[in-house]
Amino acid sequence: MANLYPGRRRRNVIWTGLAYAATAFGLAWLALILGALLWQGFGGLSLDVFTKVTAPAGMVGGLLNSIVGSVIVTVIGLAIGAPLGILAGTYLAEYGRYTKLATVVRFINDILLSAPSIVVGLFIYQLLVVPAGHFSALAGAVALAVIGAPIMVRTTEDMLNLVPNPLREAASALGMPRSFVIRRVAYRAVRSGIVTGILLAVARMTGETAPLIFTALGNSLFEVDPTQPMSSLPLIIYEFARSPYAEQQKLAWTGALLLTLTVLGLSILARALSAQRGANQS
Amino acid sequence: MTATAIDTLSGAQSASIDRAAALKRLRLPDSLFRNLTLFSALVVLLLLAGVAVALFIGSWPAFSTFGLNFFISDRWSPPKQIFGGEAAIVGTLITSAIAMVIGVPVGLGIAVFLTELCPTPLRRPIGIAIELLAGIPSIIYGIWGVYYLRPVMQAYIQPFLINTIGDVPLIGALFQGPPLGYGVFTAGLVLAVMILPFVTAISRDVFDTVPSVLKEAAYGVGATTFEVVGNIVIPYTRVGVIGGVMLALGRALGETMAVTFVIGNASHISASILAQGTTISAMIANQFADADPGLFTSSLMALGFILFIITFIVLAAARWMLAELELKA
Amino acid sequence: MFLRSLISAAIGATLVASTVTIASAGDISGAGATFPFPIYAKWADAYKNATGNGLNYQSIGSGAGIKQIEAKTVTFGATDAPLTPEQLDKAGLAQWPMVMGGIVPVLNLEGVKAGDVVIDGPTLAKIYLGTITKWNDPALKALNSKVNLPDLAIAVIHRADGSGTTFNFTNYLDKVSPDWKAKVGEATSVEWPTGIGAKGNDGVANNVATTKGAIGYVEYAYAKQNKLTYADMINQAGKTVAPTIEAFQAAAANADWSKAPGFYLILSDQPGENSWPMTAATFILMYKKPVDITQSNEALQFFAYCYDKGADQATALDYIPMPANVVDMVKKMWASDIIQK
Repeated sequence: MANLYPGRRRRNVIWTGLAYAATAFGLAWLALILGALLWQGFGGLSLDVFTKVTAPAGMVGGLLNSIVGSVIVTVIGLAIGAPLGILAGTYLAEYGRYTKLATVVRFINDILLSAPSIVVGLFIYQLLVVPAGHFSALAGAVALAVIGAPIMVRTTEDMLNLVPNPLREAASALGMPRSFVIRRVAYRAVRSGIVTGILLAVARMTGETAPLIFTALGNSLFEVDPTQPMSSLPLIIYEFARSPYAEQQKLAWTGALLLTLTVLGLSILARALSAQRGANQS
Repeated sequence: MTATAIDTLSGAQSASIDRAAALKRLRLPDSLFRNLTLFSALVVLLLLAGVAVALFIGSWPAFSTFGLNFFISDRWSPPKQIFGGEAAIVGTLITSAIAMVIGVPVGLGIAVFLTELCPTPLRRPIGIAIELLAGIPSIIYGIWGVYYLRPVMQAYIQPFLINTIGDVPLIGALFQGPPLGYGVFTAGLVLAVMILPFVTAISRDVFDTVPSVLKEAAYGVGATTFEVVGNIVIPYTRVGVIGGVMLALGRALGETMAVTFVIGNASHISASILAQGTTISAMIANQFADADPGLFTSSLMALGFILFIITFIVLAAARWMLAELELKA
Repeated sequence: MFLRSLISAAIGATLVASTVTIASAGDISGAGATFPFPIYAKWADAYKNATGNGLNYQSIGSGAGIKQIEAKTVTFGATDAPLTPEQLDKAGLAQWPMVMGGIVPVLNLEGVKAGDVVIDGPTLAKIYLGTITKWNDPALKALNSKVNLPDLAIAVIHRADGSGTTFNFTNYLDKVSPDWKAKVGEATSVEWPTGIGAKGNDGVANNVATTKGAIGYVEYAYAKQNKLTYADMINQAGKTVAPTIEAFQAAAANADWSKAPGFYLILSDQPGENSWPMTAATFILMYKKPVDITQSNEALQFFAYCYDKGADQATALDYIPMPANVVDMVKKMWASDIIQK
């Protein structure tokens, strides 16, 4: 029988080499992108960025209204989306675990999870902007809530499913009504997991641009009223990146750096929390 | 003894009366909570239904005016009120296809590396690094793409492609045209970098479900790493991997920001992937603000509806495949 | 826990920011053309310093500006594509010109400086139709004997959004090229035969500046502020003119606003030896019966300020302020047509 081994070894070397190459390729892109961000964005960082409002070309400006706007829109979006997501996830894991309705909702939720965000923006535009007659941070927040809620539904459900049933049964045996079992026992057991879900949702919501284009629109002035159009970091990056003015392009990169650091920071925080939880449980 | 028995009995009775009263008091908040969770679950349902219905209603004027022609006509003329979605639809499909062709093998390669080849201490850092790529907001990919990738495409990569593959018969037609950097290929490349972390993350999770006994058995009879992956891991996780790939596809189809900076925003498609084009989301992002209510807005809504349907089908298929894997595990 | 810290961060940020001027009820909201954005921004800044009222102007394009004012989501809309008197009546809008400027072709060629290259209307049309594809095309060489035009593909840059600048540009191309008129026509958003779409005057300027071999059309302030290489043009009288404020003024001098109902006037391809072929006025749209009379009056005060005190800033950016007789006509129209009480 012919010696197959050299051929097999050669094929192995080629394919594992490709796997190494793929990893190098992927890591190289990450390095390129983060490198560009740091290189361009760091140069623009200054106190002005955090204290001055966006200004037209030729005038010294910053990103204050965009940063504050991002915070406001995300916080309101979270205030709307988090209860919705957590409660829906609770239903899927607790009351409705084996029902047909839960199966359908789980399916729908997964679709919403990856739905194109621009479509969500269009929907909220039809729903909130057109009848109200003006753009508003509130509409933007609702659009973000629709994007963030499915993440929290998923995480909450997954976390609650991990709570061992004997725990629930013990509480019920002591006479606790179901909602108390959930709130006092189950939630408490998975508290950090739910927070992880919230952090991941916030990370996603902070980075979205498309849904805000038709809802919050943007604002060149400093604004805290949620019923008014409001600027936000992704929106201003979108605007300034297309600008021919060097100082605005610089601010776009600085904004991009701030945005990325925020999102990455939240993701790392979420990871650390879940690692801690894993350590606690083992 | 009788006294204590009577005492205990009456004590127990009063305790049970307190208990009954307490339970009665709690019944309302208890059912309120339950209804609240049920309501939230229904809201999730309603949201998706709402999106579909709102889009459909908005797009009805366009569909009823143009009919099936909307899908195959690439005319897009606001002044003449003639709209056809072919350019956008084809552009969406092509950019996503390019993203898949480049991104999936790379993503799978990284997943294989992480599960089989990577030295254990490096496994976590590299895994985290790849997941960080997944978290970067898409607009970052957009501005990076337009300021860094596009000039490189214009100056080096595109001329190279035009001069080499462009002369090959048949496939060469895909690589024609003046090198401008903007185009379907550049957009597809940016999308590929965006989705490869998703493919890696899901593939890695899926590869981890393979029972080690199977792999060890194969290694034990002398199989090479490539043979283990090719004959054990991939066939075992085939359905899950495809599910992950389709999830990434769903993401790529709906992307706006990463694409709109570099795609060139032309309203016609050409055969060459180096030429400018457009996608559904880029078209909506660019033109929705100016669209006068009427056929223009309705046509954009129609494009949004088509995108929604396409991603719905892809995501539903992905979920079905991943669910099958969950059942297996 | 995290939610609490987020909320407190938000409150903290708001407190910090309250030391900065907060948007007050006197702020005016407008949206539309990118063409006049540089001068509107300057005027808004001066007005804010003078009165404390700010202007939130979203530079999203004339098409979007028209849509927003029709949807009543802003107090005024700005457009360089004027609405016809019929359209104005139908919507109940008042329209008037605010300032004029020039659209210039800008290009990106190595070694070529501003004003080196000369283009005429028909050639420009052919470039945008896609029939001329390289810089060393004989038609371009014929106009530019002294410039070494390279064998490089022309990257045609146009607008991807609904644009009044596009309207004026295509209006000019319609006048100088029957081919263009037949194939494409004039509008805020046309079916471009070729080229790359960018968003806004700023997007086009950005794309031209970063793409080798590009050509685009922008309002002159964008070319000037970003030191873009513009081209000279050959006007109706057959003379080569550079885009200077004198050339814009020469074209604008031909305008007879008193004969234009609704101030509907397109200034492209004007006669005159020194006229710049692509001059345009930019307009403001406001409701005759405003939804919010206070806001509307605020806006009118702003525009009055711009007319009265803004001329120098306009000319500094090479925009042409409206002549005094037109300003009088406009103010009379405000008093008679727009409800202020």
